Amino acid sequence: MESLMVVLVGVLVSVGTYLVLSRNVIRIILGTAVLSHAVHLLILTVGGLKTGDVPVLGSSKGPFTDALPQALILTAIVISFATTAFLLVLAYRMYKTNGTDDVSELRGTSDE
Amino acid sequence: MNNLIVLPLIIPIMTAVILVFLRRNIILQRIISILTMIFITGISIMILSAVQTEGIIKLDFGGWLPPFGILFVADSFSMLLVVVANIVTIICLIYAFSTIGARHEQMFFYPFVLLLIAGVNGSFLTGDIFNLFVCFEVMLLASYVLIALGGERVQLRESLKYVLINVVTSWIFLVALAYLYGTLKTLNMAHIAERVAEVGQDPLITTVAILFLIVFSIKAGLLLFFWLPGSYIVPPTAVQALFAALLTKVGVYALIRTFTLMFPLNQDVTHTLIGIMAGLTIVLGCMGALAGKDVYTIATYNVIIGVGFILIGLASGTEAALSGAIYYLIHDMLAKGLLFLLVGTMVYLTGETIVKRMSGLIQNYPLFGWIFFVVLLTLTGIPPFSGFVGKILIGQGAIEAGSYVLLAIGFASSIVVLYSLLRIFLASFFGETTVSEEDKKPIPKGVMVSFILFTISIIYLGVGAESLSVYVQDAAHTLINPSIYIDAILGEGV
Repeated sequence: MESLMVVLVGVLVSVGTYLVLSRNVIRIILGTAVLSHAVHLLILTVGGLKTGDVPVLGSSKGPFTDALPQALILTAIVISFATTAFLLVLAYRMYKTNGTDDVSELRGTSDE
Repeated sequence: MNNLIVLPLIIPIMTAVILVFLRRNIILQRIISILTMIFITGISIMILSAVQTEGIIKLDFGGWLPPFGILFVADSFSMLLVVVANIVTIICLIYAFSTIGARHEQMFFYPFVLLLIAGVNGSFLTGDIFNLFVCFEVMLLASYVLIALGGERVQLRESLKYVLINVVTSWIFLVALAYLYGTLKTLNMAHIAERVAEVGQDPLITTVAILFLIVFSIKAGLLLFFWLPGSYIVPPTAVQALFAALLTKVGVYALIRTFTLMFPLNQDVTHTLIGIMAGLTIVLGCMGALAGKDVYTIATYNVIIGVGFILIGLASGTEAALSGAIYYLIHDMLAKGLLFLLVGTMVYLTGETIVKRMSGLIQNYPLFGWIFFVVLLTLTGIPPFSGFVGKILIGQGAIEAGSYVLLAIGFASSIVVLYSLLRIFLASFFGETTVSEEDKKPIPKGVMVSFILFTISIIYLGVGAESLSVYVQDAAHTLINPSIYIDAILGEGV
């Protein structure tokens, strides 16, 4: 199961990288979102998938599953949610003032 | 006592929330934000002196003992940086009062500065590497807003790139954290250090260490500084100074902490790599500073040279080199903050950014000109100003470690720094003045106050280096002997 998850992470990373390398701003932002999903799955996988019981004392004698990766992922999801929302708003404002969503046109000239 | 060490994080956040509701009342916002900063500076100084008597102080949140819970750790190194970061913020706030403009102030400028400093303080204080990631994000989100606030064409363009680069960097940080958790099954920095020492630093752990090196290098502007010159010049002057003084330095702090505490064993690979990167950073930074035609470019490349120079100290890795790195880090926070404020004021006064088009500023504003001269001297490392002690100690460390190439590059960079700033000084401050006595814009009082405060701290850091040396030596001693830190967190017997 872990191997399958790692393959899935690999696929997501390649999709995300492909999107991030494109020129359209919205595609880049979606790419960062896909990348963050990939790393969340990675954290879940390296922590070990379900190997024991629910980690509640008293409900069973153990061994228990490590619950920490899920706490980490929850935090990371909240952060990536906030950043993605901010990025989308920023991209929209940038599109309205600069009149383009093509990053190769955002290079800027040295004499500004 | 140890509950105090969470205050530098929690008070700015709470005040920021309160300030959001006082949006229209600018005067009240100013008073509350400056009082908050003075209050936490006082508390940080208290904690710093307590660390000297009681040793390293830690706070386990929710009573979860390490290595299971998240914790805050106050040792001399982190507390010194917290104190300096807060002082820099106070001075930048004073500068902002008279320059930033009502438009920024009504759009939550002060709350975001407070959130930024909360993230910075949190990054310095945390003892848990995942919590370091969270504090980084708090700081970065505030910086995203501050860099885009104002909504100019250039600002939005550059901030989009800045945000995207940082989002991808944070992603690499998470990947590194995932591998670290996969190999060592712990996130507590002291516990990581202990486990690495137990199992030895095998190639897998070294790879993880190099991933962290890449992440923190992008944040610190060590070699991977391609994003820095573009994005640091677009926000208003007070924000530029805050960024130049704080953001890259948090990355430098993280690098020093990571490679002295957690991954100190395989120095052949990691420290050599840091040394090469530091050398290249200085060379490229010098090229940029020499080629720059406008004051902003010269100032940003000076930030990059500074980062490279501090990391020579880490690459050498001896106790003298590390105390030099700490001195220089403190000096660089103050001097770069002042440099950006001065440069921003020059642009404000003349309406020009190109060095050659400004002239004779010193005739109209003598004090302003001489303060620029002080910054020039301190960045070059001339005694009695603050850059001198750090440069001497880093040089001494580099000789002890036998890294003569780095030593040569580091000290040659001083000359380039001198040349690049002297060029501004000669061209823009001397010569015929272009503005007549009637047309000259006055420098606001608050601006002069902030310059003078910065200058006093720089002179104090140079002349009073002796009074700080207790703290710096303790900090360097803890860095060079990570077992002190580990024992303080995990207890002797674990």
